[in-house]
Amino acid sequence: MSGGVDSAVAAARAVEAGHDVVGVHLALSRAGGTLRTGSRGCCTIEDALDARRAADLLGIPFYVWDFSERFREDVIADFVSEYQAGRTPNPCMRCNEKIKFAALLERAIELGFDAVCTGHYATLIPTDAGLELHRAADNAKDQSYVLGVLTAEQLAHTYFPLGTTPSKAVVRVEAAERGLTVAQKPDSHDICFIPDGDTRGWLAEKVGTATGEIVDRTGEIVGSHEGAHAFTVGQRRGLKLGVPAADGKPRFVLEVRPVSNTVVVGPKEALAIREISGERFSWAGAAPLESEFECEVQIRAHAEPEPARAFVSPEGVRVEPHQPLNGVAPGQTAVLYVGTRVLGQFTIDRTVSAVPVDA
Amino acid sequence: MQHYLDHAATTPLRPEARGAWLAASETVGNASSTHGAGQDARRLLEESRERAAAVLGCDPIEVVFTSGGTESINLAVQGLWHARAAGTDAIVMPDAEHHATVDTVEALLADGAILRPVPVRPTAAIDASAFAARLPGAALATALIANNETGTINDAPALASAAAAARVPLHLDAVSALGHVPLSFRGLRGDAPDAAGLVAMSVAGHKIGAPVGVGALVTARTARLAAMLRGGAQQRGLRAGTQDVAGAAAFAVALELAEAEREAENSRLQTMRDRLIDGIRQRVPQAELLGDPRERLPGNAHLLFPGAVGESLLFLLDMAGIAVSTGSACQAGVAEPSHVVMAMGRSEQDARSVLRFSLGRTSSDDDIDAVLAAIADAYSRASGSGSAERS
Repeated sequence: MSGGVDSAVAAARAVEAGHDVVGVHLALSRAGGTLRTGSRGCCTIEDALDARRAADLLGIPFYVWDFSERFREDVIADFVSEYQAGRTPNPCMRCNEKIKFAALLERAIELGFDAVCTGHYATLIPTDAGLELHRAADNAKDQSYVLGVLTAEQLAHTYFPLGTTPSKAVVRVEAAERGLTVAQKPDSHDICFIPDGDTRGWLAEKVGTATGEIVDRTGEIVGSHEGAHAFTVGQRRGLKLGVPAADGKPRFVLEVRPVSNTVVVGPKEALAIREISGERFSWAGAAPLESEFECEVQIRAHAEPEPARAFVSPEGVRVEPHQPLNGVAPGQTAVLYVGTRVLGQFTIDRTVSAVPVDA
Repeated sequence: MQHYLDHAATTPLRPEARGAWLAASETVGNASSTHGAGQDARRLLEESRERAAAVLGCDPIEVVFTSGGTESINLAVQGLWHARAAGTDAIVMPDAEHHATVDTVEALLADGAILRPVPVRPTAAIDASAFAARLPGAALATALIANNETGTINDAPALASAAAAARVPLHLDAVSALGHVPLSFRGLRGDAPDAAGLVAMSVAGHKIGAPVGVGALVTARTARLAAMLRGGAQQRGLRAGTQDVAGAAAFAVALELAEAEREAENSRLQTMRDRLIDGIRQRVPQAELLGDPRERLPGNAHLLFPGAVGESLLFLLDMAGIAVSTGSACQAGVAEPSHVVMAMGRSEQDARSVLRFSLGRTSSDDDIDAVLAAIADAYSRASGSGSAERS
């Protein structure tokens, strides 16, 4: 229970469904603030208090469990090292993979619980072949993307009471009707461990600054920067290029090369990607029977799913979208869907541009 | 059936204290008012102060009632600091003090204070000679009489003598010791010079069956202490604010009862406590008693459960109706392993694997039996989740 409205209502529904429910708030930061500010961050003492008051209202026991050490190692350190390696990680996904549905779930099972119930918007559908993970009924709130990293074993111990809710507004109304004080609490959007939302500033503090070159695709130096880690593929703002492009068009980050501390820029067209692949993959339920199949691929939490063909081998997954994808950065997670069903995911290691350099 | 084994956190209100508290609450009158109602309130307040002083071994004028242990400690440490002798800037503080002391001293570092830390032994006992060695020229010193987490009882007379010899003002935190360790402020102070040696001693009501919200700082007549709260001349000008007559009355009653029962109660608690420790170690041979095995509070059993997650143990026992403490100061969102356990030379991992069982007035053999029935299974589950490290 984060202290937000979703987990409070999820807990309420779990209680109402007759489950034996215990509320747990995860202490993930040792430097948590006291009061929340707007929609930013979490893990403040006020958030923990909100969660506690929701549990009080529901009449369930409530505990704060400290996972800050695991969170620091598995999520924050990973976030930093991924950026240092020139990739663009999704820390919420990593938290689901390593903390909420791993460290917490393991502890819960050891302590005699059957499942971890969260306020995520996604649906589980039982079939003869096992559980399937599907998008939420409310497409606007759907969080199946960040859950794409869960395995069949994890899904078997997971419960998402909000997945079938038609909209978040319904959840807020329900919270108000139940007298939950968090009914109108704003949604959180930012990365919880960067409470001011300034990811670049935060990274600069963690990894320091180092002047490097910004080059175009021919290798010509067109500017400089204070650290390649601050850039992400597809980024346009903040480049401060001294040399304008020959055609005068805006330029975008095409590639980040951490070893040489170089950022490569080029025209928007060069962002088009015709193939992505990765070695780290998992299946959210039963593994696909075919080694080659049609699906949709989604590369960010709020990106549109794009029709694609997937090729699976023991070494990894390769996906060819029918139309080129824009703004794909290594480190991002590609989640594969068939309709509303989540098949699985892989971390993008390699991208192939649809436009050759000399085009 | 609920089994409450967290008396060190707070212990149930004594019926006699409750009676005195309610009776006084129903009488109107501000003890500072000069009319008859005020005089009645003042009479009860001063009677309570005299009764408290008799138990604490000091003069009534030396009892400054406060809201509890934290306020008393703050008044002592901040008060002594702000009234320190010219040219002194060091604060002598052992490593395993309560957070009320640690955080207050840390705040004073910004005001120019220099910390002289005193290491503790693996039992958390303060090394009296190391303490004495750090005293010369210090602005003040502070120390626990009994450690609130691990229960180890320090050699308070030796600490007080050392402070008197070094002519340094000393505050003793007697919050956990109260009711269990014989406390005579006068005796501990001895013939210390004015404003030096033991000058202040903190106690809190709710650790001995008085309500939460009342405590006292015993303050020597000669102590040089600056007030924290201003706004009135109450209590020697050291603690402004309308005086809590009902709290003082309840506290006095609880102090008298605790002192009258002390020896018999200590022996009763110690017998149960030892059965608890022995029983746990039979069922969980890995469990290790922390703190001094003999010089410890009679109701305290502070145990390390290697490899177990303290939070999980606490949860499992709670589900079995047993209330204990992990001893860590875990505020929501800000989790810290116990600095006391770390100061005892243990790892951070160990600091997360400890439980404190503390017995008190309402404890019975049933409580011990309940723990012994639950502990082996709790340990095996809580260490399973702890060892399921990386996947």
